[in-house]
Amino acid sequence: MSRYFTEEHEWVDVEGDTATVGITDYAQEQLGDIVFVETPDVGAELSQGDDAAVVESVKAASDVYAAVSGEVVEVNDALEDEPALVNSSAEEDGWFFRLTLTDKDELTDLMDEKAYKAFVDDL
Amino acid sequence: MSMLAEGRPTKQEENLIMPDNNLPTTHTGNRALIVDEPLIFEIGSPARSGVDLPDAPDVESRLGGLDRSEPISVPGLSEAEAVRHYTRLSRQNYAIDVGLFPLGSCTMKHNPRLNEKMARLKGFADIHPLQPMETVQGALKTIYELADWLKKLTGMPAVAMSPKAGAHGELCGILAIRSALEARGDAREVILVPESAHGTNPATAAFAGYKVEDIPANDAGRVDLDALKARLGPDVAGVMITNPNTCGLFEPDMKAISDAVHDAGGLVYCDGANFNAIVGRVRPGDLGVDAMHINLHKTFSTPHGGGGPGSGPVVFSEALAPYAPLPFVEKREEDNHFYIVEEETAEDHHNSSFGRMVAFHGQMGMFTRALTYMLSHGADGLKQVAEDAVLNANYVLRSLEDVLDAPFGKSGPCMHEALFSDDGFANDLTTLDLAKGLIDEGYHPMTMYFPLVVHGAMLVEPTETESKAAVDQFIGALRSVAKRAKAGDELLKSAPHFAPRRRLDETLAARKPILTWSEPEEFAEAAE
Amino acid sequence: MKEVNMRYLPLTQDDRQDMLAKIGAESVDALFVDVPKEVQLDGPIRDLPTYAGEMAVEAHMKALAKQNHAAGDMPFFLGAGAYRHHVPASVDHIIQRGEFLTAYTPYQPEIAQGTLQTLFEFQTQVARLFGVDVANASMYDGSTACWEAIVMARRITKRGKAVLSPGLHPHYVSVCNTMARFTKDQLSYQVPSLDAGIDSEMLIDQIDDDTSCVVVQYPDILGRIGDMSALAEKAHAHKALLIAVVTEPVALGAIKSPGEMDADIVVGEGQSLGVGLQFGGPYVGLFGCKQKYVRQMPGRLCGETVDAEGKRGFVLTLSTREQHIRREKATSNICTNSGLCALAFTAHMTLLGEKGLRELAMLNHKKAVQVADKLSSINGVSLLNDSFFNEFTLVLDSDARPIVRRLADQRILAGVSLGRLYPDEKKLAHGLLVAVTETSTDDEVEMLADALATELGSERL
Repeated sequence: MSRYFTEEHEWVDVEGDTATVGITDYAQEQLGDIVFVETPDVGAELSQGDDAAVVESVKAASDVYAAVSGEVVEVNDALEDEPALVNSSAEEDGWFFRLTLTDKDELTDLMDEKAYKAFVDDL
Repeated sequence: MSMLAEGRPTKQEENLIMPDNNLPTTHTGNRALIVDEPLIFEIGSPARSGVDLPDAPDVESRLGGLDRSEPISVPGLSEAEAVRHYTRLSRQNYAIDVGLFPLGSCTMKHNPRLNEKMARLKGFADIHPLQPMETVQGALKTIYELADWLKKLTGMPAVAMSPKAGAHGELCGILAIRSALEARGDAREVILVPESAHGTNPATAAFAGYKVEDIPANDAGRVDLDALKARLGPDVAGVMITNPNTCGLFEPDMKAISDAVHDAGGLVYCDGANFNAIVGRVRPGDLGVDAMHINLHKTFSTPHGGGGPGSGPVVFSEALAPYAPLPFVEKREEDNHFYIVEEETAEDHHNSSFGRMVAFHGQMGMFTRALTYMLSHGADGLKQVAEDAVLNANYVLRSLEDVLDAPFGKSGPCMHEALFSDDGFANDLTTLDLAKGLIDEGYHPMTMYFPLVVHGAMLVEPTETESKAAVDQFIGALRSVAKRAKAGDELLKSAPHFAPRRRLDETLAARKPILTWSEPEEFAEAAE
Repeated sequence: MKEVNMRYLPLTQDDRQDMLAKIGAESVDALFVDVPKEVQLDGPIRDLPTYAGEMAVEAHMKALAKQNHAAGDMPFFLGAGAYRHHVPASVDHIIQRGEFLTAYTPYQPEIAQGTLQTLFEFQTQVARLFGVDVANASMYDGSTACWEAIVMARRITKRGKAVLSPGLHPHYVSVCNTMARFTKDQLSYQVPSLDAGIDSEMLIDQIDDDTSCVVVQYPDILGRIGDMSALAEKAHAHKALLIAVVTEPVALGAIKSPGEMDADIVVGEGQSLGVGLQFGGPYVGLFGCKQKYVRQMPGRLCGETVDAEGKRGFVLTLSTREQHIRREKATSNICTNSGLCALAFTAHMTLLGEKGLRELAMLNHKKAVQVADKLSSINGVSLLNDSFFNEFTLVLDSDARPIVRRLADQRILAGVSLGRLYPDEKKLAHGLLVAVTETSTDDEVEMLADALATELGSERL
């Protein structure tokens, strides 16, 4: 399994054709207390860059874009009752959705962990 | 993902440092005049009522078998209890009547009581919107007179009176723009909005089906004219510009902006939220504006009422006048008869109107108040209003700029509001902390975290109805809290200490929303 | 020049000079330096009056008010979306408390618990009255709330076809048509006919898999009431929503709530409790829905929480749906609510309580039954409705609109003619809507009956 990152502070875990997407620890830190996560519908076809989910803190709502294209196959239902999971475990239990990749080439544009860390340090 | 980190939530901090507090506790938990009031559901009963009515006539009901058999479960109170309930609750509110209310872009000026008295005359308050027009000539004349004032104050030839509030007025203006463009077969898709705009602007444009694009600001807090010109083109329907803008500054290039937009085939919407700074001194019609809403609850002193009702008439240029919504009032000159132009009569004279926005004629109760206010001030008084409002704001700006960062303070005078930032606060203190500290000083805070273009923004609008002594006292309080913020005073983090409530947990409210009252379970069990 | 003392402006000439000195400006004109000279006026706008004292302004406004026929001064039977009810004296006293009247939106909750707690109480009362789980802190009015409900249904179902019942207030239909033209929503609507039924079958037939919602007014514009359960069932079978519109909330003290009939969204006009007629505004839009749709709701919401000492308190919440956070992605561009009118509504409702509301509703209804029978006993007058609450439709044997005008000349405000509401519909021209509330006296009813009989050239039976 390999993990990719985007400049929009999302992480993507790829296992075979399936990608799991969430927001990074840095992002949850910036947003503060997450109060609600709106996940996409299972079956939705997303193209890279589409609005995929919304994450809300008390005073901000942010769009989560589709880091890669694909069909949504699963969403993290636990977030409905416990949005705080994104704060406590952004890069594990607080994942947002899973999709079946339609274009693996898109992954080449993403960063690895080291590159993302350097990117964040620069901010 | 996109992120907006401004306006961080208030949540409960652990290990709050509390002020030295060796005070006795009370049996009730109350502190003299600070009294907690239960909910009506906790003190009232569905079987009690503060209203007595005559008996219903003894006839068979004819409800078609739909009688409400389930309980409604709304409690009643006697009049004595109700008056006390609401009076006690009222004392937990800050209000203009209680003190200076420096909320930038909201124009919290004194609400003259003559306005209230006039709005309650039975000839205004007790008339039905569908009465035959012959029976409401005075009401129609009132609307007509107010419209005349608004047209003359703005230098614009037409006005739509029905929009219910500022944002509704914005929608009215944008729909008129879209109608005018459609009428000439021009399907433009984009509305340009400055980054510093009030959130209603992009929301309105989107609601009306437009794509929204930002226009950047320059270093002086104004619209970047060159960037705007570069973006104009055949796909741009128009711009929405606030002038004076949300940084409290006049847009000196406004006329050039309008000309450029017109040359490119677009139209200019002006957000009139800040009209108080220029009323009686500058007419938006002379700035090339095609549509502008006027918040009667700001410039013309109708009460804010804890969040409405507002009223947002929209003035129009010749280019947009034919598209104004229904209904509106016209006058038949030969016999001074006033009449309402609505769907029925629109066919003849106003067949380009984009239609109806509200059920009736707009906020009549606000019209009577606003007209009363205008008549009281007159053209000279309104000019004085703008001048005193601008004077008070500049006085605040210059009296505080040595202790608070004023991002545009160097570039010249402000209009009717002064903008500061949290630059230089120590110990991670924020604008929010300063605001809560101001509450302990007995003031409502200024507008915080708006406009978004300034970090930790604080927008202070004193208005013209504050005396010099009141403004001086406020400046003293704000100076003191600002110094504490710069010194990193920990106690600000847990402020307010003296309000009816300490900081409220907004995170909890949003994560587990409780939006209506429900009977506590143990209570229900105990009752069995 | 003598300086005019302006009663609302406290700065003196000396104050102004002192302040200019502090600012370092020579004159007030110097503060307007950013405004190009050519657009600055050279003095007060000339064709407007100048400053006036309180007595003069009062005289002017009173003269205007006097040219109107106040409802309370004569027999009055108008409804059609705005109802005249007796408002207890204490309601106006409460809303004139300066701490309510002159407060802003409660964005600083620590010093706005008064407004917030009353909104929380208001939301609960509205939700219970409507029979739904939640309600918001109010909208502009019933007509705009109705349109917002249709938009909300589109967001939830991701479909753009709304079916409007013929019984929906024509001004509400007009508002929806205006908006739909810009948003490209598809509205299916036809004007009502003079029948006693609420067109359920016709509406049911129109619901399909493209339908976002069916919108039904209850009681409807002709005063008709009918069970909406079958409509709800059909709508839900197609994953569409039932939106109920209540323009006379007092009715819900007598008849089943829309929520009991499984409506998903219930909106309404709250004017008839606490607010008064006011020539059409300001009014107060009511908006409630099922819990599962709460995050798609427009408008402000107040919620319960605790403060740093663990005490119960209230805040505006779920504000990320709103324009000031979401900007172009907000659920609505609505910014304000109708706070003070919501306060009037909730205070009136608190004074009534369930007992008072039920009594008020039955008093309205039974008076209306009496008046309907009395008027329809006149030759040339028949009653359309089988069932109704406090408003019904009479069918006259000639056009109603000129009769209403002639009765107004005799200082009788007889009702709303369908000709006023549907000017293009000849088949409705004989219809007259008559509303009867607790404020109508027996004498006034007699005057109406006599005058109507005379107009129709018939004897009272």
